[in-house]
Amino acid sequence: MTEQNEQSKPQAAAAKPAPAARPAAAPAAPAKPAENELKPRVLAPAEARAELVRLKEKEGMDYLENLTGVDWGEEGLGVVYQLENTTTHQRVAIKTLTADRENPFLPSVSDLWDIANIYEREVYDFYGIKFTGHPDMRRIFMREDWVGYPFRKDDETEKNNPLRMTNEPLADTTDSYILQQDGTITKETHNIFEEDEYVVNIGPQHPSTHGVLHFRVSLEGERIRKIDPILGYIHRAVEKISENMTYPQTLALTDRLDYLGAMQNRHALCMCIEKAMGIEVSERVQVIRTIMDELQRIDSHILFFSCLCQDMGATTAFLYGFRDREEILKIFEETCGGRLILNYNTIGGVMADIHPNFQKRVKEFIPYMRKNIKEYHDIFTGNVIFQNRAKGVGVLTRDQVISFGCTGGTGRAAGWSNDVRKHHPYAAYGKVNFNEVLRTEGDSFARYMIRLDEILESLNIIEQLIDNIPEGPFQEKTKPIIKVPAGTYYSSVEGSRGEFGVFLESKGDKSPYRLHYRSTGLPLVAVMDTACRGNMIADLITIGGTVDYVVPDIDR
Amino acid sequence: MKRPKIKNIPYKEFKDNETFEKLVAELNAKGTNVIVRKLDELIDWGRSNSLWPLTFATSCCGIEFMAVCAARYDIARFGFEVTRNSPRQADVILVSGTITTKMAPVLRRLYDQMADPKYVVAVGGCAISGGPFTKSFHVVNGVDQIIPVDVYVPGCPPRPESFLYGMMQLQRIVKVENFFGTTNRKQKDPYREEAEQRAEALYQQEEQA
Amino acid sequence: MFNFQDITTWIHGMLTGTLGLPEWAAILTESIGVALAVITLYAVFAIFLIYMERKVCAFFQCRLGPMRVGPWGTLQVFSDVFKMLTKEIINLRQTDRFLHNMAPFLVVTASMLTFACLPWNKGAHIIDFNVGVFFFLAVSSLGVVGILLAGWSSNNKYSLIGAMRSGAQIISYELSIGMTMLTMICLTGTMSFSEICADQAVNGWNIFRGHLPAVLAFIIYLIAGNAECNRGPFDLPESESELTAGYHTEYSGMHFGYYYLAEYLNLFICAGMAATIFLGGWAPLTIAGLDGFNEVMAYIPGFVWFIGKAIFVVFLLMWLRWTFPRLRIDQILSLEWKYLVPISMFNLVLMALVVAYGLHF
Repeated sequence: MTEQNEQSKPQAAAAKPAPAARPAAAPAAPAKPAENELKPRVLAPAEARAELVRLKEKEGMDYLENLTGVDWGEEGLGVVYQLENTTTHQRVAIKTLTADRENPFLPSVSDLWDIANIYEREVYDFYGIKFTGHPDMRRIFMREDWVGYPFRKDDETEKNNPLRMTNEPLADTTDSYILQQDGTITKETHNIFEEDEYVVNIGPQHPSTHGVLHFRVSLEGERIRKIDPILGYIHRAVEKISENMTYPQTLALTDRLDYLGAMQNRHALCMCIEKAMGIEVSERVQVIRTIMDELQRIDSHILFFSCLCQDMGATTAFLYGFRDREEILKIFEETCGGRLILNYNTIGGVMADIHPNFQKRVKEFIPYMRKNIKEYHDIFTGNVIFQNRAKGVGVLTRDQVISFGCTGGTGRAAGWSNDVRKHHPYAAYGKVNFNEVLRTEGDSFARYMIRLDEILESLNIIEQLIDNIPEGPFQEKTKPIIKVPAGTYYSSVEGSRGEFGVFLESKGDKSPYRLHYRSTGLPLVAVMDTACRGNMIADLITIGGTVDYVVPDIDR
Repeated sequence: MKRPKIKNIPYKEFKDNETFEKLVAELNAKGTNVIVRKLDELIDWGRSNSLWPLTFATSCCGIEFMAVCAARYDIARFGFEVTRNSPRQADVILVSGTITTKMAPVLRRLYDQMADPKYVVAVGGCAISGGPFTKSFHVVNGVDQIIPVDVYVPGCPPRPESFLYGMMQLQRIVKVENFFGTTNRKQKDPYREEAEQRAEALYQQEEQA
Repeated sequence: MFNFQDITTWIHGMLTGTLGLPEWAAILTESIGVALAVITLYAVFAIFLIYMERKVCAFFQCRLGPMRVGPWGTLQVFSDVFKMLTKEIINLRQTDRFLHNMAPFLVVTASMLTFACLPWNKGAHIIDFNVGVFFFLAVSSLGVVGILLAGWSSNNKYSLIGAMRSGAQIISYELSIGMTMLTMICLTGTMSFSEICADQAVNGWNIFRGHLPAVLAFIIYLIAGNAECNRGPFDLPESESELTAGYHTEYSGMHFGYYYLAEYLNLFICAGMAATIFLGGWAPLTIAGLDGFNEVMAYIPGFVWFIGKAIFVVFLLMWLRWTFPRLRIDQILSLEWKYLVPISMFNLVLMALVVAYGLHF
């Protein structure tokens, strides 16, 4: 296949439905292209790798934001790389693909970015693309005895995979594929764990993995030698089932990904669709969404505090956190009707206007929370046991967090300024003053303090906006059947625990062709091995608590 | 709104505790003698008031379970706050959250590991039927396909109040069990037999290896 | 002050005199009676302490705790006991079944033996002889054997790690307990618990008498005693969030119930010992010069004093447990070996000096 072929196809596809879809979707749609359209450059596999190396080395594109596998049907299977420069915050996208559906091979970039390791395993699991030079080509979400590659459009997943009640086989060896000089590909097998290692299973059902996550931990006494994460115990194939749903239907699933960032997740998808269709939401909606996002962030950070305390054995602090969280849930419940799963954002606005009590309650909540943060510091932060267990433990350097793509508090604790709200402002974030909380230590204590400081910062943002909610409609008029014009789109928001991105590939239908979420938690799990090596098994719990992942968001 | 019809139970938003209590009394009255029934009542009283849940949560409903344990809803009032992390010591497994096909054997194994008497509460839409993920190829459409369920608590996620209500229904189920008597003793569990056979086969395999 | 010995001698007299039993039969009957009394007391205290823990922890956490079973949830623990008694005990394959079944009994036996050492009242000692302190230290370390066996025989990695942690921790902290007890023996000059109490009834509580070194010893004893009971912040042998349930992960039904009971009883024994050695045991509070006050205090029976003091210390320990996060194994060991042991050694010397120069009150 040639490059010209590649480029002509999407354009042809784009040309066809566009005249019908665009004006229909948004009456006042401007002619200009959507601002979040990616327009990835299409390169042949070998060239793509060379270009990625060049971008990383020469242009400082050192952050692999997202790596999405896509099945383009007859064109072949491929991936879209999205890079970002961590100083200029410029974004670029590269697309590469292979037409071979039987034995697809692409060059690995796991030596350039650490996070590519886990992303490529995901693509292998879903699409069966094998990456040459990847050290550990195993399935990551599906069982090891799974048949077929479920995300391929032609895969007969349900037929080949009945419910198996046998215990899952877990291999102790892994394969890697090496591209030799003469173009042939050879397979090598290595051991994950040696014969005489003491391997303890933490999970899949374990109180401190915050869900169903499975770590195989190799121990030497109490010290950790290696961690092998096994994911997928809550893989619900949200991305796959979204492909058969209309756009408003897909919204419902986002809340259930990272249930502590329900508002932000849904905000990201709504924003992505709105921008792609050129819908302008009113100022009022923008401000409401911003306030809700920040309330959700406070909610999530309080839960982070609570769960960390619980994991470290301070049960009382856990309940103090929950006491305050209930206050936020009260606010949510009045306006949205839900406590945890809120279903509030819609395409073009929000589900219902804010409750008359909303402003009053939020204004009562701000001083209440400020007071209680002090209490948190008194009861837990200042505790000598906690300080000894957190300071200098699980240190991640700035280079490591960038290479692993650990956004959010984990990245900012290591000194990496990665706040999407600052660098790519959306909603009303461009209009408010707030600081991006940064620390440089990169240890568990810094990650903990970042979250508590962010609660205060979020309160500041809410305080600036709560009295200035402009008048306007809370919902724009949209067509009953929403069709996104053909193209590839990406939007991201600052979720509770990092950058939450939505990658949307549309063919102009009423349902997405490929919908991929940049998980905030997956990089955080990927980094666990690096952060935990050489530490005690008790530190695994602390580090896991402070990097703050939510498992359904990892598995999607 | 569609009003569900359940045999013997008037609707009235299911707030009708009297009917439930009467039902419990009726079930207990059949074919029991004085001494055995009294002893049974004592044991049922103990069991029903001391249902220790296993900390098991796969997704959103787990957070609501934590909220139930916290100050405002305080499950400790009923004596359920002793959450055990080891399935051997737990009495009830609250399946809160989606069960995927990869998780299914793990869940069944957890259930098999629990000591009798054991109860299952399916919490939330996902555990009952697959919820919003019914169409997914990787989601079990209802945990009753893999383990026997005693109480279903609907919601996505259920509110803490419904959690408590579900637990109270479970208490009623426990109260009609007979430990010494024979009339409505819990039947030999087909799931359990199957599990035993499987364990036996596995053991034989290991013996040979 | 009410002396319990009057009752015991009366019972003995009745058995030998009125009923005409020979000496050996009378003693046998009395022993059985005492054993039954100890077991009953053991169960009653365990139930009371579990209820207290659940209520105290609830109040610390702005909750109510058990409310529905009985008035104020007072019958909650009874229902737990009935449930536990009828719960299945799982036998595991590929484990050492004999050791697995024996381990919980070892733990309970050890804690019952130590429980019998407590001086309940004037004249109400069950085990009391001239090296009582040594006996107490010896039998209290039996429990660790039960824990190690439980970890080993369960054939479970979590259990094994938990048991190893527990072994390292308990054996280390025995040292501090021994040292602090020695410090106080230095002051009282006797190793018999009854004499320690009787001494304090006359001379005032040890914690006041021994001032600085006694207070220091009391604090070290509380820390070490807490660690000895495997309770938070030293609960890492069973650290719920790391090892699911530690050494008793594989135990179910009443076997687990024994561990559960022993945990709470050890807490009470630890507190009771603190009360005996530092806070005067059954000796009432007396303040020199206030005779009227002292007389009123003396009317309160000794067992009320003893139990009251023990419960007070239990409350202190619960307060600690529900406030602090858990320590890490290396921190626990360095706390003991780098801080507590040197301090208690120094404290012993200090106490010796205080006693030698008569600097105590």
